[in-house]
Amino acid sequence: MQGEGGEPRRWALEQQIAVGEFFDAEDFVEVTQVHLCADTEALGASGVQFVENIAGTKIGGRVCVPSITDPRGADFAQINAINHDPDIVALERRLSAALSSIGFLMTNTCINYQYVLPPARGEHLAFGDTGSVIYANGVAGAYSNYEGGPAALAAALTGRVPRYGFHLSSKRTGTQLYRLTGDLGTYSDWGAVGGLIGRDMESYWDVPVIISKRRPRSDELKHLGAALASYGSTGMFHFVGVTPEAPTIEAAFAGLPVPAGRTIGSADIRSFYEAFHTSKQELDVVVFAAPQLSLFELGELAAMLDGRQLHDGTALLVAVPKAVKVIADENGLTQAVEGAGGIVLEGVCFYQMHARELARANGWRTLMTNSAKLVNIISGYGYEPVLGSMRQCVASALAGRFLR
Amino acid sequence: MNESKFRAMAAMGPTVAGVALVASDDFSARYDLDLARGVFSRPGHSLFGRSYVDRILVLNAAKGGVATSWMLRDMVMRGRAPLALLLNFANPIMAQAAAFAEVSFMSGFPVDITSAIASGDHIELSPATRELTIVSRGADEGPDFSSMEAALIESRN
Repeated sequence: MQGEGGEPRRWALEQQIAVGEFFDAEDFVEVTQVHLCADTEALGASGVQFVENIAGTKIGGRVCVPSITDPRGADFAQINAINHDPDIVALERRLSAALSSIGFLMTNTCINYQYVLPPARGEHLAFGDTGSVIYANGVAGAYSNYEGGPAALAAALTGRVPRYGFHLSSKRTGTQLYRLTGDLGTYSDWGAVGGLIGRDMESYWDVPVIISKRRPRSDELKHLGAALASYGSTGMFHFVGVTPEAPTIEAAFAGLPVPAGRTIGSADIRSFYEAFHTSKQELDVVVFAAPQLSLFELGELAAMLDGRQLHDGTALLVAVPKAVKVIADENGLTQAVEGAGGIVLEGVCFYQMHARELARANGWRTLMTNSAKLVNIISGYGYEPVLGSMRQCVASALAGRFLR
Repeated sequence: MNESKFRAMAAMGPTVAGVALVASDDFSARYDLDLARGVFSRPGHSLFGRSYVDRILVLNAAKGGVATSWMLRDMVMRGRAPLALLLNFANPIMAQAAAFAEVSFMSGFPVDITSAIASGDHIELSPATRELTIVSRGADEGPDFSSMEAALIESRN
């Protein structure tokens, strides 16, 4: 704290102590990897300058644990295709250069648990995307709180985080019970379930426990978790018989009395979809993102689009990590999407791309997506979002109007 | 509504006093705000169209998204930030945001703080003692309709 390790580490410790004291943390815990959310919309010019100042400090201005990044705000190869503002792109380039200098590996993905290094059970992490945190905690059984941008940056510089919240076993016990009875046939159905449960959560400290006869796959858990985190600020969940800390319902509640719980059925899911609507018929843009698509999701989408043509008035954007893009390029998936008129964006996520400015530049207002997370975020940017399955989104993009 | 002093479970930042802007909604800077204009821009939010600049924001809980941790400091650097933040329920992001931006933040009260305080009240936060004081009751100046109209036009363009 006297600055012997350099000003950046002194700053980092000061931040971590302030947050640790706020949550009554007793000490620090070392982390094995850091995942940083840092897009220029969130940082602004002042935040980019702050990161550049750290990058320019030789003592203490370098990461001391493996550190990677969440999606950035621009795909430098697609600037013209989506009419990205040159000033935004220039700021994004500055930020990427500064983070690289600090030692971050520019992975630019929110699904690092699928494409970088899946966490192990009991591993302490400093993850910085709500979707990656809830997946790491719930599905992998690793330990992380939400470490927002400056907090993840601090963790990268010190290699530790304050020990509170989901770093403590006692905070990971289930608090509410949900029984799923719906069909749950699509990714957006799982997102809808996440949204419904997330809305029920009072705060970050609630831990839902889910029971269903239908066992979700990795990508379905991804959509479920992302929506839980988006609607509820939820960082942890159990799925009985699926997630590692919930082999039984009793284990999920750590032997405490199991609450009566709530049942979520098809009618609830239908109502969730219906809450997102617009009076307009014309569809401006279809977005597959939030979270970025896995290779398998992109494969499904490519098969639906292959040999077809999007409506002239409707854009279609797909966000994937570089690891997926490379394999997609080699296997014809990118070509199938682009052949239909879609745009495959690498290393970005739509809402982190200055979506308000993109709407103005492209005349976009009505939006359709299969991401329950995205429809929760994007109305604040002036869009009128509609939620549908991947198949409904594709059919609508081909027709140029909403089909549900 | 008769009590005038409350003690928070957690607090940080310097002592600050100002006018409250209150809603029982949850809060995320990315989801709810237009930083360039300094207003709530999410149509479904109770404070849609209202300016948060130089107000003490009183809301229920932090909700999804990590961007607030960067954005609050950027608001301060732009000179278009709230004076302080009060929540019934904090999450790590709001605490990290407040620490980074050096904005006063308190959470966890013995009452629903969004019911105990009304927009327009003059309040004082003393994070060092975790005390919140309602200095005087004030009338809500109400929505600035020009701001709301501008926000609507903005969101439709």
